[in-house]
Amino acid sequence: MDDAVRPPAVELRSVGMTYPNGTRALQPLELRVAEGEFLTLIGPSGCGKSTLLNLVAGLLEPSEGTLRLWQRPVRQIESTGHRLSFVFQSPTLMPWADVQTNVRLPLDLARVNPHEAASRVREALALVGLHRNAGQRPRELSGGMRMRVSIARALVTRPTLLLMDEPFGALDEITRDKLDAELLALWRQQGLTVVFVTHSIHEAVYLSTRVLVMAAQPGRLVDELRIDEPCPRAPGFRVGTRFAAYAQRLQHSLLRASGTPLDEASA
Amino acid sequence: MRPAEPPRSARSRLRGFVYPLALAFVLLALWQWAVVAFELPAFLVPSPLRVAQALQDDAPLLLAALWVTLKITVLALLCATLLGVLIAFAFVQSRSIETALLPYAVLLQVTPIVAIAPLIIVWVKDATASLVICATLVALFPMISNTTLGLRSVDPGLLSYFRLNRASRWQLLWRLRVPGALPYFFAGLRISSGLALIGAVVAEFVAGTGGTGSGLAYQILQSGYQLNIARLFAALGLIALAGVLLHAAVAVLSRWALGGWHDSEA
Repeated sequence: MDDAVRPPAVELRSVGMTYPNGTRALQPLELRVAEGEFLTLIGPSGCGKSTLLNLVAGLLEPSEGTLRLWQRPVRQIESTGHRLSFVFQSPTLMPWADVQTNVRLPLDLARVNPHEAASRVREALALVGLHRNAGQRPRELSGGMRMRVSIARALVTRPTLLLMDEPFGALDEITRDKLDAELLALWRQQGLTVVFVTHSIHEAVYLSTRVLVMAAQPGRLVDELRIDEPCPRAPGFRVGTRFAAYAQRLQHSLLRASGTPLDEASA
Repeated sequence: MRPAEPPRSARSRLRGFVYPLALAFVLLALWQWAVVAFELPAFLVPSPLRVAQALQDDAPLLLAALWVTLKITVLALLCATLLGVLIAFAFVQSRSIETALLPYAVLLQVTPIVAIAPLIIVWVKDATASLVICATLVALFPMISNTTLGLRSVDPGLLSYFRLNRASRWQLLWRLRVPGALPYFFAGLRISSGLALIGAVVAEFVAGTGGTGSGLAYQILQSGYQLNIARLFAALGLIALAGVLLHAAVAVLSRWALGGWHDSEA
């Protein structure tokens, strides 16, 4: 079904956000995210990317406009048969608990029965390749493995909407590329709708089906770029000329968004 | 992958015993030498050997007194822990309760126990109970303040995650706040264990109770009156030993609870 005809997974109508101290974080914006889309938000610091993601998650209430997930208010998402999961910038794991207890947390909070929970935890750990680390504590894992635990915890509830706030920002380049590829495979395999926040142009181009560029003061959407490339991405995509063209287009857009003249940037 | 932190080696654990013991041996030898060299009278400064002799001669009396003081200290520490944790839970659940109660908790902390001990001893008929109450009051505040701080110092990311998953107040408390507060709780317990002993000894001094069921402070008072300074030193040594044992017990408990995940016990 075409994106325009399918019911949107996420729909924002004139959603704006002003914090109680008067800070205007987001100007009213319109946004539709189709089911199965991998949408990335990119922009300079303070442009409201994380605020937008927190609004979609229901962690913040918009000060104006309406926000719907599968045509229902955020708090009623379960009545639509869908579920959302959130992956934060840091892994946010419980340091006192082992990997499997951390992954099982959302199921325990939802009081899923222990047998069902144990089988889902095994499945989620296998998906991120950590089935051999179930008994380890977070301090015994590398940064990349901790982030994988965080992703497993997000997947264990079998979400249909995955919100990710710069999840790989603190990782080294090689680990980041590896996790990007794994995430892309999971997105396809699980049929997820993903809204992803990043600062990295390369990550945005590699992962997304659509990239939205945001500008700061006040936070607003300023550009949109569709990445019309087949999935899974071809092995040479990251080093090809088409990738470079997308990246350049995004870079120009970001420079405009941050108010830097293009000739100054190229000098 | 980062390797698991190795457990403290047997060698480093041995150092933890050997170094303090070696220092104690050197200090005792110096003390013995000074008493002999300067011919200090035993009623002023007894030599370590005389103190050891007094400890041996009066062992039944002193060990019975140590048992009484330890019993009061441990009971007071248990009461302070239980009360402190309950009050901290109440503070975290409601700012109104904290606002109403905190000034009184501070009042208890700043009022010298010697000033209120006579009242408690008069009001409470049972001698042991009155001493336990006094020692509890001394040990209570660190448990309240540390546990409250711990329950409030939750990782904001984890808190958001729990809220996103619509965790109940109860789930938030038991699954997030309580385990996260453990390092703070044990820091408070270490302080309170020492304070409970100080509280027990001070309360015994104020009570000045004699006969059966009297603790080390009473033995110190009596030994002072009788100029039996060697026994006084022996009683003081036992108080110090009780403090060290209590501290060690809390340290073992803390290592057991935090050893696998918290940097303070890694």
